[in-house]
Amino acid sequence: MHADPRCVLTGTHFINGDAACCEGALAAGARFAAGYPITPSTEIVERFAARAPEVGGLFIQMEDEIASSIAIQGMVWAGQKAFTVTSGPGFSLMMEHIGLAAMTETPVVFVDVQRGGPSTGLPTLPSQGDMMQARFGSHGDYAVIALSPNSPQECFDLTVKAFNLAEEFRVPVMFMMDECVGHMTEKVVIPPAEQIEIYPRRHTKKPPGEFLLFESGEDLVPEMAHAGEGYKLYVTGLTHDRRGYPSLNPATQRELVTRLFDKIRRAADRLVMVESEQLEGAEVVVVSYGITSRVALRAVQMARAKGIRVGTLRLICVWPFPEKLIRELAPRVKALVMPELNMGQVVIELERCAGGQCKVISVPHAGGTVHDPADILAAIERGAQ
Amino acid sequence: MSTTELHVHNPVEDLLRQDRMPTIWCPGCGIGTTVNSFAHALLKQDIDLNKTAIVSGIGCSGRVSGYMNLDSFHTTHGRAIPFATGLKLANPELNVIVYSGDGDLTSIGGNHLIHAARRNIDILVVCVNNMIYAMTGGQVAPTTPASSVSTTTPYGAFEPELNLPQLVDAAGACFVARWTAYHVIQLERTLEKALKKKGFRFIEVLSPCPTYYQRKNNMGDALQAMLDYKKRSKIRHGCPTWETALVPGGDIIVGEFVDRDREDYLTRMRRQLGPHYSEFPPQLEEHQSEGCSKEC
Repeated sequence: MHADPRCVLTGTHFINGDAACCEGALAAGARFAAGYPITPSTEIVERFAARAPEVGGLFIQMEDEIASSIAIQGMVWAGQKAFTVTSGPGFSLMMEHIGLAAMTETPVVFVDVQRGGPSTGLPTLPSQGDMMQARFGSHGDYAVIALSPNSPQECFDLTVKAFNLAEEFRVPVMFMMDECVGHMTEKVVIPPAEQIEIYPRRHTKKPPGEFLLFESGEDLVPEMAHAGEGYKLYVTGLTHDRRGYPSLNPATQRELVTRLFDKIRRAADRLVMVESEQLEGAEVVVVSYGITSRVALRAVQMARAKGIRVGTLRLICVWPFPEKLIRELAPRVKALVMPELNMGQVVIELERCAGGQCKVISVPHAGGTVHDPADILAAIERGAQ
Repeated sequence: MSTTELHVHNPVEDLLRQDRMPTIWCPGCGIGTTVNSFAHALLKQDIDLNKTAIVSGIGCSGRVSGYMNLDSFHTTHGRAIPFATGLKLANPELNVIVYSGDGDLTSIGGNHLIHAARRNIDILVVCVNNMIYAMTGGQVAPTTPASSVSTTTPYGAFEPELNLPQLVDAAGACFVARWTAYHVIQLERTLEKALKKKGFRFIEVLSPCPTYYQRKNNMGDALQAMLDYKKRSKIRHGCPTWETALVPGGDIIVGEFVDRDREDYLTRMRRQLGPHYSEFPPQLEEHQSEGCSKEC
């Protein structure tokens, strides 16, 4: 189906990434949100609080991030699309409910506009320090999808995508912005509603009595029903069988947790979202995501001016990681260089997938600003040797 | 004669998930007794049970949602109220009941309790107070009477207990009551009344925990707890909630303490928004709108 034109602010705008993310959520069909104020993410819900009543929705500012991250799940089981927005300290508080959403297969979007950490860290300055937390932050084993935009335009486009993926796979989707992208103002083109594809809720067509809430077909993603429709749903964070009933034994645990993993793992190839340039014949490939990809571009230009054959690979979907792509790329290059606004997080995964087939050079940064392109250039030069 | 022939249909059974019986609750536990009163009260309502959702947190009382044949949500520890808030706000047609325990709702979930009452979210909260963390094996709770022995207060609790009616009253609840598992008829009537009311409603029900609270404190078995409730309870409707504190060994003040009308969150939101709020019918899926466009 397509986006509802009543919610889409079609046109060319000059807005920041936070505002674009809000418009993306509205275009995707989210009319409900809950959140708690935290820099540098608050502009998203400030705008949403003003926009939502016009389209029959609402924003509620909850007492904390723990409450926000579960209120949105109540909204989803009531039949709506919903999301929450936060930054590092709030993201930490939301971990419990990322696990709940994974376990109960609740399609929700968590937006994290990353700032410097740990703890209160650098409230107004950028980082990419929550990337591993986005993947592994809640206890137990589960799989999620995480997207990383590098421009206000992508904050719009990929927010729509994040909601679509949440609905398609019934997983919590992590939308990993950063302070730079959130506060950067650029041209954002919002297309007409009929050009925006929306993945509808996978609502069952079976009547109550014939429907099992956690029974899945070939793609391992179960259908859904909502409270108030007569299905007498049973939704629990306990290990549950296909009816949704608690079943606390290793066999049910294996069936459930394996399926929660496999529904993402099996679709991993389809979920690869990268932007690449000059990979053919490259000696060195700079692998990056989010705002760092834009800084890396300068270093790449400088390296090319020095005659080094450099390719770029930007991860738009960071989790699941494009494992196959890296395995194919690694034997063809001398080095993979990965700048990140953290002390080296996603590079661990890059290193694992490269499997010793090439050098993997991390360009860490403690956060607070972006890289100096010279540092990335130095790593490229080291890689080309 | 087979047991089937002996079985007389109890109307409450229709409200329970029969395939989930028996419950996990210990012999002598009062939670099931409160559920019986709740089910009777629900049956007397003129509400659509298909539009009634029950939300619990974690703990012995947190299992109530999963035994009720309603839309059941067994959420995380302490967070039933914010889940219920989302459910109610996104579909105001739902009757939303939170049914959980004292530790869940007032310790880890205490902040959510206060703010849902303050916002006047239109939900009914039933708090079964067994004065201890029972699911985890008998640890002290904010509701454990001072000096009581628990597994984490082997020398007796050094901290006083919370007066729940006063807490939610101060936060702005529309309806506040307390009964015990002994007062099954009174509880049922109060639940009936609370189910009909709009706004944030809170009912505390004291329940024996013979396995932990009573046993640890040499208070006898469940029957002894019932006799104790009978002896110590004083019915005082309209009692100011600052007088309802549970003093160890003292009177147990029970009754309906607060019954006030206050505009609930959604009503107020819509009033304040006025023309800025637009009712938003759901978008028809494309296949639904095929063949019946304006032209036809």
